[in-house]
Amino acid sequence: MNYIFFFLIVISIIVGAVNGRLQEVVNSIMSGAELSVKVAFSLIGIMAFWLGIMKVAEQSGLIKFISKCLKPITKVLFDEIPSDSPAIGNIAMNFTANAFGLANAATPFGIKAMEDLQAENKDKTTASNSMCLFLGMNTAGFQLIPTTVLAVLVGIGYKNPTEIIAPTLLVTTIAFISAIILSKMFQRLYKINKEVQDDKHS
Amino acid sequence: MTSILNLVSLWILPLIIILVLTIGLVKKVPIYEEFTKGAKGGFDVAVRIIPYLVAIIVAISMLRASGAIELLAQILAPVLVKFNIPADILPLMIVRSLSGSGALGIFSDIANSAGPDAYSTKLAAIMLGSSETTFYVLAVYFGAIGITKFRHAVIIGILADLIGIISAVLVCNLMFA
Repeated sequence: MNYIFFFLIVISIIVGAVNGRLQEVVNSIMSGAELSVKVAFSLIGIMAFWLGIMKVAEQSGLIKFISKCLKPITKVLFDEIPSDSPAIGNIAMNFTANAFGLANAATPFGIKAMEDLQAENKDKTTASNSMCLFLGMNTAGFQLIPTTVLAVLVGIGYKNPTEIIAPTLLVTTIAFISAIILSKMFQRLYKINKEVQDDKHS
Repeated sequence: MTSILNLVSLWILPLIIILVLTIGLVKKVPIYEEFTKGAKGGFDVAVRIIPYLVAIIVAISMLRASGAIELLAQILAPVLVKFNIPADILPLMIVRSLSGSGALGIFSDIANSAGPDAYSTKLAAIMLGSSETTFYVLAVYFGAIGITKFRHAVIIGILADLIGIISAVLVCNLMFA
């Protein structure tokens, strides 16, 4: 992430200077920073609502119950977290919300799941295997109906907008499965690296 | 099929809310108290992710303002023509993982200028609908719990996006070309 951050900013300044758009680049620092705060603040209300609902679900034992029901699947995918961890229930809620295109509800569920995964994590600043897997699955963006896309297509007078649903679903499924396989592969690669490092230190 | 899915989409949240509150009451959970306790966290989470959002959103805003994305699109254009990918899709491919609002804006542009029957519009729709804004997801979720070393999460996100782009092109070619 250090390199990506450095790369994005340095490239922007160099290319901006060459293109004669340095002023725009500088202005974008201001507007980008403002946008970040707007995005964060726009989350407060909806985040509070869903965190509230989830607290009730947690206290009544519902989240634990969902976790237990999904045990057979999650034992394979998230093999490092205890199968009765509330993380599983929250992950399930996150995917359900995402699948139905409810991004506003999905984010609080996802953050709650990350907090639960963090509780099982030994190094609090480094991502665990389960976190990388969960985020990999999330960034693949599995969705049953692309609601926003459909809205735009209807807006431009697309005759049969629903014909894109099936191909979109196929593509997102491929990406989703690839993310799971990739994260299982990379997690092994990383483990080897880490052991090498540990050996060096000892 | 679609109407069923739309119906489920509409009802899923109300059903979850009713279910959670009813089970809470049945199990004798003080639901109002617990709700407000949980809701308190909303502000904290939103404030906690600000530094991470600023880092990622500023860096990406700068990149978009600099014209680097158009430059990359120009460099890649000759390669993509060979694979039957219209050149106007390129900016969308690049921006998709970086900025959600940016990608939606580009998609609207493509849809409006290419029109409802164009291959570009279909491909762009599939690309946008089938993936997520990887860097936003990483910043928000890791930011919320203070993770700064992302390990393989970044490479998985990028590779999954690439696979998504490639399969979108293949599927679209098969179905609409």
